[in-house]
Amino acid sequence: MSRREPKGPPDVIELSDVSYSYGDRPLLSGLSLSLAAGSFHFLTGPSGSGKTTFLRLCTMELAPAEGRVEVMGTDTRDLDRDPLAKLRQRIGVVKQDCQFLDHLSVSENVAMPLMVAGRDPEHDRDNVAELLSWVGLTDHANALPPQLSGGERQRAALARAVILSPDLVLADEPTGNVDWEMANRLLSLLVELNRMGKTIVVATHDLSLIRAAKSQVQARVLRLAGGSVHLAGADL
Amino acid sequence: MPDGGQLRLPEARDLERVVPPTGAPAVLTILTAAAMAMLAVFAVTLVFAADRLADRWTEELGRAATLRITAPGTEAETRVADALAILSQTPGVASARALTEDELTDLLTPWLGAELPLAGLDMPRLIEVTEDAQGVDAEGLRARLATEVPGASFDDHSAWRDPLVEAAERLRLLGWVALALILSALVAMVILAVTAALAANAQVISVLRTMGAEDRFVTRAFTRRFTLRVLAGAGLGAIVGALGVLLLPKGGEALPTDLGLRGTEWLALLAIPLLAGAAGFITTRYVALRRLREAR
Repeated sequence: MSRREPKGPPDVIELSDVSYSYGDRPLLSGLSLSLAAGSFHFLTGPSGSGKTTFLRLCTMELAPAEGRVEVMGTDTRDLDRDPLAKLRQRIGVVKQDCQFLDHLSVSENVAMPLMVAGRDPEHDRDNVAELLSWVGLTDHANALPPQLSGGERQRAALARAVILSPDLVLADEPTGNVDWEMANRLLSLLVELNRMGKTIVVATHDLSLIRAAKSQVQARVLRLAGGSVHLAGADL
Repeated sequence: MPDGGQLRLPEARDLERVVPPTGAPAVLTILTAAAMAMLAVFAVTLVFAADRLADRWTEELGRAATLRITAPGTEAETRVADALAILSQTPGVASARALTEDELTDLLTPWLGAELPLAGLDMPRLIEVTEDAQGVDAEGLRARLATEVPGASFDDHSAWRDPLVEAAERLRLLGWVALALILSALVAMVILAVTAALAANAQVISVLRTMGAEDRFVTRAFTRRFTLRVLAGAGLGAIVGALGVLLLPKGGEALPTDLGLRGTEWLALLAIPLLAGAAGFITTRYVALRRLREAR
C-alpha cells in the first residue's frame, strides 16, 4: 500500500498503465488517467468498449492484469480483503440493473450499507427518511424493489449509494432504462451530489444526457475506445 | 405515506434476513437435521443400554464362581467339607456355600423334567463361590484343589462371561461409531446446503460486497441462518426421538437390561441439538469464509 503526496486537489481515482483482458481478448490497454476530487465525469464509448470494466476496476471488483489502480490515494494491488471492503464503503455505486436485495423493503435496502459499515440503522432513521424524500420515494419506502418502476429503482439505488456519504459516486448507465423526464431528474440528483463535493463518474452512451448536463455542471467527457481513453472535445 | 418513524429498517439482530429465505432447501435442511438428531437419539440410547449390559454382566458374572465336586457315595460330603475349608482360607473369596440337594434338583428340572428320579444318582455337588472386589487367583486355587480335593473343578465363568462382556462393549462401540457417522453426515449435509446457498445467493453477496461488506459480515448472515435451521431441526428430531425411546418396552424378565434411558441419561439428549448446532455453526462459517475468499 502506498500513499501519494498531496499536491493540489487530491486524485480520487488514479489509473496508471492499466491493462485488462477477458480471456485472450484485451479490453483496456495501457490506460492512464486521474479523476480529481469533486470533479464530474461522463464516461462514454460504444458498447463493449470497457466502461463497466473501468468502473469495476475503480470499485476493486476487478484487479488489473497490469498497471496500478489507486483509489483515494490507496494502491489497491496488494490490499487485503478487509481494508479493501472498508475502501469500498467510501464509494457509492449505482449499477445499471441496480441490484437490490429483492426480499427487503426499499428503506431496508437504502439503509443496508449502514449495517454493512457496522452502524446501527436505527440511529440514522432520519437520514434514511430524508434521503428517500430527496429521491422522491417516501411513498414507496416500504415497498419491495420489484414493485418499483425502472426510474424509481434507479433513484432508490442512488439513495442507497450515498447513505454513507461516500467521497466518490460511480453510476453505470443510470438512465439506461428510464424515460427522458426521469433521466433529467436523476441527472439533477447527481449534479446536486457533485455540488456537495462528491466526485461523480457516470458511464453512459446517452449523449443527450451529456448535453443536458451542460447547463448544470462543469463536467468532462471521457471516451473509451480501442482500449484507451480520450478527452472527448472541450469541457462541457 | 410513511414518515421516518414508520420506516422498516434492517436490524443487526436479524442479520440472517440479509439472505433471502429459500423454501424447499430450508425445509430440507431442517428435515435432514431432524432425521439425524433422531438417529443420534437412538444411537445414544444404544450406547447407554450396551454400557449397562456390559456393567451388569461384568458385575454379576465377574464375582460369581462355581466349584463342582464329583465323588462316589459318602465321600462327596468329605470332599465338600475339605473344599469349603480351603475356600475359607483363600484370599478373594467373600463367601462359599454348598448347594443343597433340593437346589441341585431345581437346577436340573428345566432340562430333565420334574418326574425323573434323581435320588439314586451320584450327583456332582456344587459350591457357590462369591468373590470379593479383589477377586480369586483362579489358577492358584485350581492347583491347590487338584492336590487336596480330587474330583474338584473350579469354574470362574470366564469362558462365557468374557465373550458376553466383549459383545456388550462391541455394541457400545457400534453406538459411538453410529454417532460419529451421523455427525459426519450432518456436517456433509451442511457443507452441501451452504455451498448451494452461496451459489444461489451470488447476487446477494455481490450486492453486499459492492456496499463494502467484509467477508465476516456475509459469513455471519449465512452462519446465523444455517445454525438456526440446524438447531431447529435437531431440536425437533431429538424430541421425536425421545418420544420414541419413551415408547420402548421395559426390560423386565425377558431382556437383560432396559432398552430405554434411565434418570440422568436423558440429559445426554440435550447435547444432541447443541452439538448439531455447533457443527452447523462451525461448518457454515468455515465453508462460507473459504468460498468467499475464492472471489475478489
